[in-house]
Amino acid sequence: MDSLLELRDCTMQFGGLTALSKLSLQIGPRDLVGLIGPNGAGKTTVFNIITGIYKPTSGTIQFGGQSLVGRKASAIAARGVARTFQNIRLFASLSVYDNVRAAFTMHLKHGIAHALWRGGSFGREESEISDQVIDILKIFGLEDQRDVECKSLSYGDQRRLEIVRALATRPKLLLLDEPAAGMNPREKEELMELIQFVKEKYQIAVLLVEHDMKVVMGICMRVAVLDYGEKIAEGTPADIRKNPEVIEAYLGEEAKGPPPAPTL
Amino acid sequence: MRPKIYFLIGVLVSFLVWYFVPMDQYIREIVLTIGINIILAVSLNLVNGHTGQFSIGHAGFMAIGAYFSAWITTVGAPTWWPSLDLSGGLAGTLVFLGALLAGALLAALAGLLIGIPTLRLRGDYLAIATLGFGEIIRVVIQNTEVVGGSRGFSVAYGYATIFWTYLFAALTIYVVANLVNSAYGRGFLAVRDDEVAAESIGVNTTKYKVIAFVLAAFFAGIAGGLYSHFKQYLHPDRFNFITSIEVVVMVIVGGMGSTFGVIAAAIVLSLLPEALRFIPQFYQQIFGVSLPHLVDDLLKNRMMIYSLLLIILMLTRPQGIFGGISGRPAFLFKRKSVRADGLAS
Repeated sequence: MDSLLELRDCTMQFGGLTALSKLSLQIGPRDLVGLIGPNGAGKTTVFNIITGIYKPTSGTIQFGGQSLVGRKASAIAARGVARTFQNIRLFASLSVYDNVRAAFTMHLKHGIAHALWRGGSFGREESEISDQVIDILKIFGLEDQRDVECKSLSYGDQRRLEIVRALATRPKLLLLDEPAAGMNPREKEELMELIQFVKEKYQIAVLLVEHDMKVVMGICMRVAVLDYGEKIAEGTPADIRKNPEVIEAYLGEEAKGPPPAPTL
Repeated sequence: MRPKIYFLIGVLVSFLVWYFVPMDQYIREIVLTIGINIILAVSLNLVNGHTGQFSIGHAGFMAIGAYFSAWITTVGAPTWWPSLDLSGGLAGTLVFLGALLAGALLAALAGLLIGIPTLRLRGDYLAIATLGFGEIIRVVIQNTEVVGGSRGFSVAYGYATIFWTYLFAALTIYVVANLVNSAYGRGFLAVRDDEVAAESIGVNTTKYKVIAFVLAAFFAGIAGGLYSHFKQYLHPDRFNFITSIEVVVMVIVGGMGSTFGVIAAAIVLSLLPEALRFIPQFYQQIFGVSLPHLVDDLLKNRMMIYSLLLIILMLTRPQGIFGGISGRPAFLFKRKSVRADGLAS
């Protein structure tokens, strides 16, 4: 299988601290992969080296056959990697509509001169973008709140809006950083449906960092487990549940039965 | 399209006012000062308000535009085209507009050279770097003999009429408002609100910051060129950091990111020192005694009033008088409110 994203031997050191050690990970074009591990295992660091916030100390990251190492975060986003953040990072002073609209700037055919001259093609492109924003807000049920300032949205809606904004960049790979954090069980159910819906609808790959075992085990095709910056296991949810090393490192005793209670 | 019509109306009105409204020298000076301050404040708002960077070096760019354009009309043009009559007419106007453009372009170039290294800095550090830049420009001019150095520089012609000043004010407003109110312009607001998130959706934050900085420098250069051809005398001290601070105050008082608010603040704060001038007189007429010395001194010191005004405003309405009305609160408090909201729910 051709992989969309391939990390090979990625190491990330912060001074004397090794946050990631020789991590290799492959994600195919339609995969839904979960990345789990105890607090401080290096999960978010994986996201940060993929999206260009950190440059890995060593190792290679290939995305669609091209290297991502050393590129600016915006250039990586332009190649089709979108992400959400553990602590929601919406554009706080913008409306729901404008949060999504901002994600279209990357695909604008026209630049600054058109914005100033405001000719016919400018108007057409603006209304095209506007239609697309409305469409995607409708799909995710946020259309009624389009003019609301995003910080007055409910927590679940803020998470959803962040995913919508990421999708508006038309990614090939979506990275979700603990999307279920702080959600109640009902919201988690909705989130699981949402992630699967997004993957099918937009035909993209998803890499999910999550603490909540129920979410990860429920939707992921494959799960990789990190502990102290090293990958200790990778396999189907059923395999991971049985893996003794994983149980020791992370899941604890509860994992022997049905999916354990959420750890958060 | 509507924005263009507004722009043309602005140009038409400034023409009519210039042509038909008689003004004495005093009123004319105030009106021109207001126009120049509008250009300065609206352009700085693109950087400080919309893009969320904190620049306090606007006087430096203004000085570049002022001195370079003045040098062209006073020293350059008469030597290049000695036969031309530059005191007015078509030749004079063309030379003036060319000089204005050249000054603005040089200011924009300075903005580019300064912006690329300094825009990596955030918040206070950027503010200090831009402040330092403004002072460097001033000191360089002070030591440049061809423009008079610290003796000052007399400008040959007073080309800057109300018409030209307000035409360029309208142009500045047109450019900044159109740029920000487009899909492209959402990038500036995204950079202001959250740089990491902006990068994650493909907004090249460096590029946007540099564009904002260069455009703001360009219009500050225009404002400088207008200033030099209306005062007809330049002195380096006119472009010290107090001038920069005055523009920043206009942006903050008006409400960062609100073009309308910033224009209103530029008008009010330009009129304020003139209004303060008359208070002691009125007081004496009404009460028969002169103001206490302390109050009198306070009124004479504009910066003291500015500082007081700022403190009161920051305590009562930190987003500025008009900030937040267009649905955007000031950038000053944005981070706090995101975190608080995110954690509270």
